[in-house]
Amino acid sequence: MADIAFLLLIFFLAVTTLDTDTGLMRQLPAIPDPNVPQDVNKINDRNILEVKVNKDNMLLVEGQLTDFNRLREIAHNFILNPNDSPNMPEKRVINIPYFGNVAVTKAVISLQNDIGTKYGVYIAVQNELIAARAKLRDDLSRQEFGMPYEKLDEDRRGAVDDFFEVPISEAEPKRIGE
Amino acid sequence: MARFVKTGGKTVKAISTASLPDIVFIVLFFFMAITTMRETDVMVTVRLPETTEGKVLEKKSLASFIFIGEPLDNFRALYGAEPKIQLNDTYKEIADIQDFIAQEREQLNEADKTKMLVVLKIDKDARMGIVTDVKQALRRASALKIMYASTNVDRIVYGK
Repeated sequence: MADIAFLLLIFFLAVTTLDTDTGLMRQLPAIPDPNVPQDVNKINDRNILEVKVNKDNMLLVEGQLTDFNRLREIAHNFILNPNDSPNMPEKRVINIPYFGNVAVTKAVISLQNDIGTKYGVYIAVQNELIAARAKLRDDLSRQEFGMPYEKLDEDRRGAVDDFFEVPISEAEPKRIGE
Repeated sequence: MARFVKTGGKTVKAISTASLPDIVFIVLFFFMAITTMRETDVMVTVRLPETTEGKVLEKKSLASFIFIGEPLDNFRALYGAEPKIQLNDTYKEIADIQDFIAQEREQLNEADKTKMLVVLKIDKDARMGIVTDVKQALRRASALKIMYASTNVDRIVYGK
């Protein structure tokens, strides 16, 4: 009996893996339909945070060479725009369940990379941007509902997501520096 | 004087092994419950990038895997050292991704087809050129939900 059980045990140890997969969830944009006219409403320049990583893996935020350690803070301030400064994102008033009529930011983060950028650096930048947004959502959740974002139910989480929507868009790839 | 020599009569009883199968079965069931079947042999070196915001992949049955990295040493002679795409158990090209996605989608039941997730396991030293090509191919195949596989860490320290 024990022998058979041992055999099965060893078999399972050999053919199975323990590791769980973790990673960053992203949604790719659908390919635009060529028959449908494109939305001509361009996003106002002040609402876009332009993040670029060049082929030498250097980070440019709004055209300025920036240190990786500062990216999170820059994104945080950009989304929040605490002083309503005119060259930072606008706000619009919408109605969100649980919050009522609130002014939410119109901020969009645009992430561009070169063909020669290292994948690891690209992911690091994505991670920082997602972290900045997640921090704001978490702060809001704690302030409004008194619990961390992860513990919220579906509806409340949706409301918090609407408050800080902040799409992180990946630009159509450009073939440069090939 | 005390006497140290035993005067017999006492025999050491063997430990009963009657409960051994039970114990082994418990261990067996434990492993059956917490592990998953190994599906593909990875033929490329993939050192995942580090992130702090990674989420755990919950439904592995909905996931399809695309590996990108340098071929392992024993495939180098045949395929070179440039990063390659691996789908299922073979090296493939960008053009094959659309078929691969269609095939994977076919294997899911009707209700799950929209929930399909593509997990990209890409070496951190790979260049974005190949990654972008794969992403474009996925968009064309309308597999839009993706996950960049990464190892989760508490803090990332950037060089420079």
